[in-house]
Amino acid sequence: MPILEAKDLTYTYSIGSPFEKTAVDHINLQIGQGEFVGIIGHTGSGKSTLMQMMNGLLKPTAGTVLLDGKDIWEKGADRRSVRFQVGLVFQYPEYQLFEETVYKDIAFGPKNMGLDEKEIDRRVRETAEAVGLKEELLEKAPYALSGGQKRRVAIAGVMAMEPRVLILDEPTAGLDPKGRTKILSQLRQYHKRTGCTVMLVSHSMEDVAKYVSKLLVLSHAKVVCYDTPANVFARGDELEKMGLALPQITRVFRLLRDRGITFPDEVYTVNYGAELLRARLEGREPQC
Amino acid sequence: MLKDITLGQYFPMDSVVHKMDARYKIIITMLFLVMLFWGQHLTALIAGLFFVIVATALSWIPPKMVIRSLKPIISILVITGLLNLFMLDGGATLFQWKFLKITEQGVQTSVFMLVRICLLIAGTSLLTYTTSPIVLTDAIESLLSPLKKLNMPVHELAMMMTIALRFIPTLIEETDKIMSAQKARGADLESGNIIQRAHALVPILIPLFVSAFRRAEELALAMECRCYHGGEGRTRLRVLKSGMRDYIALGLMILMLAAVIVLNAVLY
Repeated sequence: MPILEAKDLTYTYSIGSPFEKTAVDHINLQIGQGEFVGIIGHTGSGKSTLMQMMNGLLKPTAGTVLLDGKDIWEKGADRRSVRFQVGLVFQYPEYQLFEETVYKDIAFGPKNMGLDEKEIDRRVRETAEAVGLKEELLEKAPYALSGGQKRRVAIAGVMAMEPRVLILDEPTAGLDPKGRTKILSQLRQYHKRTGCTVMLVSHSMEDVAKYVSKLLVLSHAKVVCYDTPANVFARGDELEKMGLALPQITRVFRLLRDRGITFPDEVYTVNYGAELLRARLEGREPQC
Repeated sequence: MLKDITLGQYFPMDSVVHKMDARYKIIITMLFLVMLFWGQHLTALIAGLFFVIVATALSWIPPKMVIRSLKPIISILVITGLLNLFMLDGGATLFQWKFLKITEQGVQTSVFMLVRICLLIAGTSLLTYTTSPIVLTDAIESLLSPLKKLNMPVHELAMMMTIALRFIPTLIEETDKIMSAQKARGADLESGNIIQRAHALVPILIPLFVSAFRRAEELALAMECRCYHGGEGRTRLRVLKSGMRDYIALGLMILMLAAVIVLNAVLY
């Protein structure tokens, strides 16, 4: 059974006004336990709205969201507990920091869960380490940190609730390349270590291609495809028509193919591409 | 959600009233208020009602909207009405039960008061329905400009009002976002007693203030980069222009006010 499922999910903003807009249009989706899903689409394709429905912050106009097969908007369902199980990190989460110290801010979520001091302390320290925050930063005021550090504090604040599904809405927006790779690789380690389900929203193919096991492409409030990265990138022309840039390495290999140098499948990570080329040059079988 | 709150209830239309000079609209509204409260006789109310009906018709604002503007003050209306009804003593007693007493005077005054307040709200709502907030502040600045001679920072005040108006929707959106984010971390905003609820606001208010300060700083910087130096020598994109329709409207209003004043003097 999928851990999280959307059935005919629809959301319309400002119903009945001239500004009426359907942001999510009859979307069906199944997220399996332990998957690392990338969600890609343009600004305004409905990514953020979809994510906010997944943890019960927005009530769908139509359709249902099932967590462990149970409708989260069922009468008597505890939506607060749904939010602890499906953690959502918003865009630019650093603007939500409010406590006096980094420690207290990360502890806000676990505290709301009603955990005891010892458990909270363990979670704060563990997640701080997971996102690469040094011990001595914990007692500092969040506002004294750098932009990248603040971002990591905010992500840790949601991770500390140890949600079974972690959703991140553009966690790397506005960071420099170094900060981006850092957050993304820490995220992958977190996924490997905890085995929890991760959903990563992004508009950069480059970011997600390397990490995810499945890719969901949204366009104009609808699902275009939901498949493994290889299968998604195989439909590269379609994606490019929608204005979604393919990863650079994929584009290089497509150009090679146009010149008659073909490889059996779609390439979307640099390491894999390099190995393929090296093997071809040395006249051997690629090793991965 | 918060987004549904409409602040500044501007209702864009292409009517004569919308096209009127906002300064004249403000002056006329003020004269209208004077008329309502000066008049001690039914004629003032009839004149007021006439004014509201004609203005609504000319502005093409759906009458439903004007009536809806009375909704927020229903409780005030009820309280004022009841107080006047029971407290005033004069004329024949119509009804008595223990200490509660309704007299002719009480009925008359409370009806008068209710109609007056309704007309007051409807009339002023028409001003805000037909004038965008930005134009309104421009007009206020222009009307207050004689005070500049007394060293009053009129332009600065108007600029502050404009900026405040401009940022209200932005900050509402921001509040919405912060609320969602804290709810995602399990913040409980809906239950608990008053103290618990006030306490629950801290995680929302602090980021909101921080972001407001940040925006203020950015805005100040952006204004300075574009060489903003206050009101002196500054020209406007939209210049307020008065024309025939404004003079006619003002003339009619003054006539109506004069008639009410004269009637007052004659009848009392």
